[in-house]
Amino acid sequence: MDIPDKDLLAPGHRGCAGCGASIAVKLALNTLGKNTVAISATGCLEVMTTPYPETSWEVPFIHVAFENSGAVASGVESALRIQGKDDVNVVAFGGDGGTVDIGLQSLSGAMERGHNMLYICYDNEAYMNTGIQRSGATPYGASTTTSPKGTASFGEDKPKKNMPMIMAAHGIPYVATASIAYPEDYVKKVKKAAETKGPAYIHLQQPCTTGWGFPSEKTIEMGRLAVETGSWILYEIDQGNFEITYRPEERRPVKDYLSTQKRFRHLNEEHIEKIQKYVDAECKELGL
Amino acid sequence: MVKEVMTSNKAVAEAVRLAKPQVIPVYPITPQTTISEYLAQYVADEKIDAKYVKVESEHSAISAAVGASGAGVRVFTATSSQGLMLMHEILFAAAGMRVPIVLADANRAISAPLNIWNDQQDSIAQRDAGWLQIYVENAQEALDTTLMAYKVSENPDILLPSMVCLDGFILTHTVEPVEIPDQESVDKFLPPYVPEHAFLDPNEPMSIGNFADPDYYTEARHDMEVAMTKSMEVIQKTCDEFAEIFGRKYGLVEPYKTEDADIIFVAMGSLCSTLRVMVDQLREKGEKVGLLKIRAYRPFPTEAINEAVKNCEKIAVIDKNFSFGIGGALYADMKVKIDKEIYGFIAGLGGRDITPEAIMEAYEKTKAPENDVTWIGLKEE
Repeated sequence: MDIPDKDLLAPGHRGCAGCGASIAVKLALNTLGKNTVAISATGCLEVMTTPYPETSWEVPFIHVAFENSGAVASGVESALRIQGKDDVNVVAFGGDGGTVDIGLQSLSGAMERGHNMLYICYDNEAYMNTGIQRSGATPYGASTTTSPKGTASFGEDKPKKNMPMIMAAHGIPYVATASIAYPEDYVKKVKKAAETKGPAYIHLQQPCTTGWGFPSEKTIEMGRLAVETGSWILYEIDQGNFEITYRPEERRPVKDYLSTQKRFRHLNEEHIEKIQKYVDAECKELGL
Repeated sequence: MVKEVMTSNKAVAEAVRLAKPQVIPVYPITPQTTISEYLAQYVADEKIDAKYVKVESEHSAISAAVGASGAGVRVFTATSSQGLMLMHEILFAAAGMRVPIVLADANRAISAPLNIWNDQQDSIAQRDAGWLQIYVENAQEALDTTLMAYKVSENPDILLPSMVCLDGFILTHTVEPVEIPDQESVDKFLPPYVPEHAFLDPNEPMSIGNFADPDYYTEARHDMEVAMTKSMEVIQKTCDEFAEIFGRKYGLVEPYKTEDADIIFVAMGSLCSTLRVMVDQLREKGEKVGLLKIRAYRPFPTEAINEAVKNCEKIAVIDKNFSFGIGGALYADMKVKIDKEIYGFIAGLGGRDITPEAIMEAYEKTKAPENDVTWIGLKEE
C-alpha cells in the first residue's frame, strides 16, 4: 500500500469546525492510497467537498444521488475490472441515512453480488445535511428535528438499526465497526478491508458537533465516550470470525456519554436507566 | 451481412453485441426481459466481453450504468414501464453528468390499473430528463438505431444519453426479417468509446457529479440544451454515414407522401406502419393524405417537421400517451412549435389496437373537427 505524501482529502472544504466526516474520509483515503476511486452518496460529505468548480478529492471521485452509492460503486467496480484494473481500490462513502435507510437496497445488492469494494458508512446518527432529522441509525432517546422531545415525547422512541449485523448476514468476507476516535483501530480495518477479495463493509461512528450538540473541539472525546461506555462497540467479523477489537478497561456508565450532548440532555433517570440496560444487553451479547 | 428472422428485442441485443459495451447492468421487466436474457447468454457464451451486472432493481441498473459510464466505458441497459419510472430520478442525473449511456425502452403502459401492454406513456414521462429519444417502427430500425444511438451520444459535442424506444409486444415480441451487419463494418462505423470528459483514472483524478450552486447550475443545464439542439445535426450526419456503410436511410423524421397532402398524420413508432397502409388506401380513393413519422422526439425536430408539413392544410397527431387537460405530448409540442391547424388524437393506450377504423375516425374528425383533442375508439358506457 502506498503512503501518500499529502492528504488525499484536501483541506479548505466546507465541513463544520470539528466535523468528524472529513476525519473519517481522510483516514480512509490516506490508508488506501492514490490508487483508489471514491464514490459518495449525497449528503454532508458530498456537499462540503465538491462545490463546482472545486473539489477536495485528490483521487477520482463520483457522486450520483443519495440512495444509490452501492449501485454506482457496482458500476464503477465493474468498469474498472473489465478494463483489467484489478488493483484499483473502490471505496464508497455514505452517511447513515444514505446507508441504513434510503440506500439499503442498493447497498444490499452490491454486497450480495460480491463486488470487490469497500463501503464505509460514516454514521452521525441522523440526517445532518438536511438539518438533524432522525434516521434508522438514530439512537433511542435522541432528540432530533423529526423526533423532537416534547410534552408527550422523549425523542427517538426506537433503538438504532443494527446495520453491521445486517451486512454480516449477507455473508460478505469482512464487516467491522469503527470510530474516528480510535484511528489505529479504524486504519487497521480499512487496510484489512482493502486486502479482502470481495465486498467489505465498515460502519464508522462519527460524532457530529452540530447534530449532537457538543463543542467543536470535543469530537474525538465524544467518540471515545461512546466506546468507553459501550454505547458503540468496536469489533470485526473477518471471514465469519467475530472479534472485539477494543475493550475499555472499565466500562463507564452511559450517563457520562449522554449528559455531554444536547440531543440527550432532556432524558430523565428512567430513560437513562433504560438506555444503560440496552447497552448492557448489547455488550453482553457481543462479549464485551 | 446476414438476414435472420427475429423480434425487435433480439435485434436490439444483436446491436448491443456489435456495439461491444463493457458493462451491462439490467433488471428484468416485461416486455423488455428477452433483451437482457439474450445479452446474458451472449456474455455466458463469450460473444460479448462485458460485465453483466445482475442488479436488484431498475434504479440500481441505471445507477450502475452511470457509475460504469462515469468510469469511462461503453454501457448498455434496457427497461420498460414501471422500471423506467423507477429510474426517473437517475435519468436526469445521467444526462446532467453527460454520460453517453444507451438504453432500450420497450414501451409499455404505466400502472394503475396495472397493464403490461403497449403505449408510450413511460418514455414520454421522461421527455424532460435530457435524454435523446428515438422511436422506432420495426426490428431493423431498432437494431440500426441502437448502433447509431451510441455514435450520436458519444459525439464530444453531444454527450447526452440516448433512449431507443420500441413498442412493447408489437415490436418486442413479433418477428421480422432483419439484416445483421458484420462486425467489421460496425467497428468502422462505431469506434471504441474514448471519453475525454468523464473517466475515473487514479493517474488523472477528476471529480464527477459535483454539486453546483446558483452561479453555475443554469449554465450547466443550458449546456445540455445547446447539446440537444446540436444533436439534430449530429443525428442526421450519423444517419447519412450509416446509410453510406449499411445502405439503410434514416433521419430525424420520415415523411411519406407529404408533398401534396392536404392532411398529414403525425405519429411515432410501430403505428406508422399501419398509417402508411392507410395513407395508400386513402390515396386510392383520391384523398390527399400523407404521413410524417417522428423518429427523434427529443431533440424535437421543429425545422424538419416544418419542412415536411409546409404544404398541408391540417395535421392529425396520434399519441399513445396523454397529459391531463392538454392531450397527447406530441400533439402539445406540435401546437407549440408548428404553425398549422393541428388536431390531437389519443389512441392505443394500454395495448388497445389502433385499427384502420380508429384511424379513419381520426381522419374524418380532422376533416370535420369537433374538438382539438379526441380520444378515439372510446367505448360507450
